[in-house]
Amino acid sequence: MVDWFQRHIPKIVLAPSFAAVLLFVYGFIGWTAWVSFTRSRLLPKYDIAGFIQYKRLFASPRWETALNNLFIFGFLFIVIAMILGLLIAILLDQKIRTEGVLRTIYLYPMALSMIVTGTAWKWIMNPGLGIEALVRGWGFESFSFDWVIDPKMAIYAVVIAGVWQASGFVMALFLAGLRSVDGEIIKAAQVDGIPTWRIYSAIIIPSMAPIFLSAFIVLAHLAIKSFDLVIALTGGGPGYATDLPATYMYTMAFSRGDIGQAASSAMIMMAVVFTIVVPYLYSELRAKHD
Amino acid sequence: MIRFTALATLSAVALTAASSAWAEPKAEVLHWWTSGGEAKSVAVLQQEFSANGGTWTDMPVAGGGGDAAMTALRARVLSGNAPAAVQLKGPAIQEWYEEGVLADISAVAEAEGWADVLPASIAGHMKCDGTWCAAPVNVHRVDWIWANADVLKANGIDMPTTWDEFNAAAEKLKAAGIIPLAHGGQAWQDATVFEAAALGILGAEGFHKAFVELDADTLTSDAMVKVFDQMRTLRGYVDDNFSGRDWNLATAMVMNGEAAFQIMGDWAKGEFLAAGKVPGQDFLCASTPGDGFLYNVDSFAMFDVGGADKEAGQQLLAKLIVGKNFQKVFNLNKGSIPARTDVALDEFDSCAHLSAQDMADSSANGSLLPSYAHGMALRGAQSGAITDVVTAHFNSDMSSEDAVKMLAQAVANSM
Repeated sequence: MVDWFQRHIPKIVLAPSFAAVLLFVYGFIGWTAWVSFTRSRLLPKYDIAGFIQYKRLFASPRWETALNNLFIFGFLFIVIAMILGLLIAILLDQKIRTEGVLRTIYLYPMALSMIVTGTAWKWIMNPGLGIEALVRGWGFESFSFDWVIDPKMAIYAVVIAGVWQASGFVMALFLAGLRSVDGEIIKAAQVDGIPTWRIYSAIIIPSMAPIFLSAFIVLAHLAIKSFDLVIALTGGGPGYATDLPATYMYTMAFSRGDIGQAASSAMIMMAVVFTIVVPYLYSELRAKHD
Repeated sequence: MIRFTALATLSAVALTAASSAWAEPKAEVLHWWTSGGEAKSVAVLQQEFSANGGTWTDMPVAGGGGDAAMTALRARVLSGNAPAAVQLKGPAIQEWYEEGVLADISAVAEAEGWADVLPASIAGHMKCDGTWCAAPVNVHRVDWIWANADVLKANGIDMPTTWDEFNAAAEKLKAAGIIPLAHGGQAWQDATVFEAAALGILGAEGFHKAFVELDADTLTSDAMVKVFDQMRTLRGYVDDNFSGRDWNLATAMVMNGEAAFQIMGDWAKGEFLAAGKVPGQDFLCASTPGDGFLYNVDSFAMFDVGGADKEAGQQLLAKLIVGKNFQKVFNLNKGSIPARTDVALDEFDSCAHLSAQDMADSSANGSLLPSYAHGMALRGAQSGAITDVVTAHFNSDMSSEDAVKMLAQAVANSM
């Protein structure tokens, strides 16, 4: 009996969380998928009505804007945060005296909630209150920085706030990566008289490939589920110029009583996440089997 | 000992019998009136309810202009435990009725003679398939134009009665360095201005066709192009910094003379009054150019609840809501006017008198219309689709013709 118990205890301990994940993650993904094929409005209904919600979704100019914004925001957010994070990490890696202080300063934005970041940047970028008013106050009357109220540029304003928030975290990831590179190799390279930038570009950065992947995955999911930043910074506006799929889904489900439409947009969002995560999982699992 | 037990049982039975015959009215009320003036208004109802022997369970859910409350409602209804009364309005009432969860309060409505004291088109919203299922609280008028009296006087401008007059006045103000129109760039505010312009340009009949019947010909008509043209003109009268501004900040701009006009429902009046401004003296109110009256009626829908005490509570609540006293006190607090037409308006201000007069007139000639921007005319999906187009047009350089095309597509796609 004790023997049996000892053999099975890991399974018994894991069973509740396994069951919970099965129900609350996969169960509800299945439920959402089902609802996305119905004509549910105010309350969920379960009569399958085909692809009508997906047709409506892709006929909606607002969804088109939301999806485009996701790609613009996601791409710029990930790329700029990574470049900036790497740059700060390399500069901090030069064995400078106040590294601890600087590292904390750069990492701090991560401690704020996106709502705070969004609200602060809303005021900073507001043309009547923030940077534009400040620089004009200095006498540069023609200075203009009104991205946050310009429907064409507003999504880039969201990128600025997002990058400010996330690049410190990326820096921390990269800094850890830089420190994990074997010092012997670097010393050997230095003895051979290789310039510092070559050491970084040919030795250190290539050996940090897994860190890049982790940073990418973290940033990508931050970008896709981005919701609070947009709500606080622009409220989806001007018009619906900064709508993202998550805000679209929220509007449909909770403001407009259009649950079927919300479910279909949620499914598309999940598909986008899967196209990023599945190759990653695949490569991870294959690496373990090798 | 045995005798004692028997006595105890007997008295317990008697007690139960008495309490069930004497069902104490109980009502759980879900609402999102949580801000200062609104909370005060709903407290009036609460007091009156307890004064009549009822037990009130308050369920205020703040946030998202009622979105959070609707989410709570959905959860309660799905779990089969709906609150007795829920702050709901417009077609949403019928939408919930179709889910089969609303109660029939016709007995109260008929006993109280609601049909005689409510304007017909407002009473229509309170009925589900011919039976009464909701009780109206107030009537907000949406198509108001508010103005700073001093600014208008200093620039020699009268309250405009046509959109052309409005545009001429705005040009004059702009030249004088005053922001003609105080506006906040939020989708619902864009929609509020849009429907005021639409009422003026399409007329009452055209408005009904476009935003109640969703008639495709009217939605794509030349008149609708003109409505969008007027929106483009209005965009020129708004300051550059309007994006995302809250409506009460826009009202404050009119108050301190930074801007001249604001187009907003009569909740804006509350801001003026709270700042100690006097209607007719410091600020002016008038209906937006054109004939008609766009109403936004708050109401409580009654949900199916089991149990004699809860039903008694529901009926008492319905009776009190439409009662003269509550209608007067509540609306004095809220800035709106009573939904029933036989309430004495002595204590109300001049803007409310104008509103009540216009409501009676427009009810008589058929131009008393539901506001689309405030969810009175259409269901969420359709009104949302229209608002998307309106706000996209207002916040970009889209042409009016393109906007009209988009409007027709969006409405068709929302069905």
